[in-house]
Amino acid sequence: MIGATTVLMPSRSNSVLSRIDPRFRILAALTLIITAVSFSSWQPLAMLVLTAVIFTGFAKPDWPRTLKMVLAMDGFILVMLLMLPFTVPGQVMFTFWGFDASYQGLFQAVLIALKANAAILVLIALVGGMDAILLGRGLQGIYVPAKLVTLFMFTIRYIDLLRREYLRLRVAMRARAFVARNNRHSWRSFGYLLGMLLVRSHDRSERILWAMKCRAYHGHMHFGSLPRFSPQDYLFASALILFTAALIGLEVACPPLI
Amino acid sequence: MHIVDGALSTEVVVAGAVLAVAGISYGLRKIDIDAMPRVAMMSAVFFVASLIHVPVGPSSAHLIVNGLAGLMLGWAVFPAIFIGLLLQAVFFGFGGITVLGVNTINIALPAVLMWWLVSPFLARAEGKSVLLAGFVAGSGAIALSSMMVGLSLAASGQEFVPTAKLVVMSHIPLMVVEGALTAATVHLVKKVRPVMLAPVGSLRSAA
Repeated sequence: MIGATTVLMPSRSNSVLSRIDPRFRILAALTLIITAVSFSSWQPLAMLVLTAVIFTGFAKPDWPRTLKMVLAMDGFILVMLLMLPFTVPGQVMFTFWGFDASYQGLFQAVLIALKANAAILVLIALVGGMDAILLGRGLQGIYVPAKLVTLFMFTIRYIDLLRREYLRLRVAMRARAFVARNNRHSWRSFGYLLGMLLVRSHDRSERILWAMKCRAYHGHMHFGSLPRFSPQDYLFASALILFTAALIGLEVACPPLI
Repeated sequence: MHIVDGALSTEVVVAGAVLAVAGISYGLRKIDIDAMPRVAMMSAVFFVASLIHVPVGPSSAHLIVNGLAGLMLGWAVFPAIFIGLLLQAVFFGFGGITVLGVNTINIALPAVLMWWLVSPFLARAEGKSVLLAGFVAGSGAIALSSMMVGLSLAASGQEFVPTAKLVVMSHIPLMVVEGALTAATVHLVKKVRPVMLAPVGSLRSAA
């Protein structure tokens, strides 16, 4: 499992994209993903996947981690994709153990795989390099309610804290020779572990509240204001609009797969 | 439990998003200034809980504990779970962006339902019936969630029906485990900090 600590790490990438305003990057990712999900031919999707891979490459990401992320997602949907050719009725491609696999099902599986990969790659390329603070500021910038953004920032702050607490409690359990097995004792112990985590975090949140009140907390997070849009932001936006238009043109020009 | 981008039909995605926005805004209204750190702590706990793997049958599964989240947060569970899912999508790549709404509804709605059903009973329960209430909340929330995931797949097309059945079937062992675990947790919390299970919807600071 990828450590939750990485959530808090500031982005170190200094690619072309990291200089673009976070608001534009979030909106761009949203636009591309929503467009991609509604496509029905493979050519624009393949083009989007390719472009996203190239941009991810520009962002100089942590390759092992990125690869692990994409592969984990693909492994996750593999079962569903493998079942699709057998469950969609249509022209028979081959028969396996008495089940007919159809071309239509295969095509649908290919489409879903392409869409899922395009979405995750776009997300990694455009938003993945952002650290949590920048993401929060960007979200606030696109008029996500301040309360939700505040909750988001607080949650990120506490995740790392709680993960350490959890690891500490696990060490305490191991010191008492606890081994996780398939029995009621293990489940009860995990239940108590979670309960202790909740109780401690509750007490801690009370202390935090008092401390924050002493420092004039009144309900939301203050971010430094985001910089003005620069010419390169507008350049990025127009390039994105052209690219989306090209993708839609490709979608219209190419026959749908199913 | 997560559905990825591109699998669901547009109608299901849009319906999920609309419902999720409604749930999240209602949940946010229930969080006052004093409750903010507490809700954030809880949503962080549930994020960390989703990193805990427990042995279930021959393999292992990560915890979801949405039933427990519901008991502790009431309506505020909607924004809490939305944030957890958003973080997972952006930083780990689990789940998708367009399906965030559907995933939020699938996990948070059973949690709210369990809170509404179980917590009045839990407030009066003692001894063994605390364990029972916890078990019902924990396993019921997982059962409902997996059924809703199945339904949202089935609503997207007939061809997903076998997958939907598989989803529900594969969650049966997890129901038992989460039930037992939630029972133990609720038992402990009720003993140590009963105020955390307050059945009132408002999350006023309970120091």
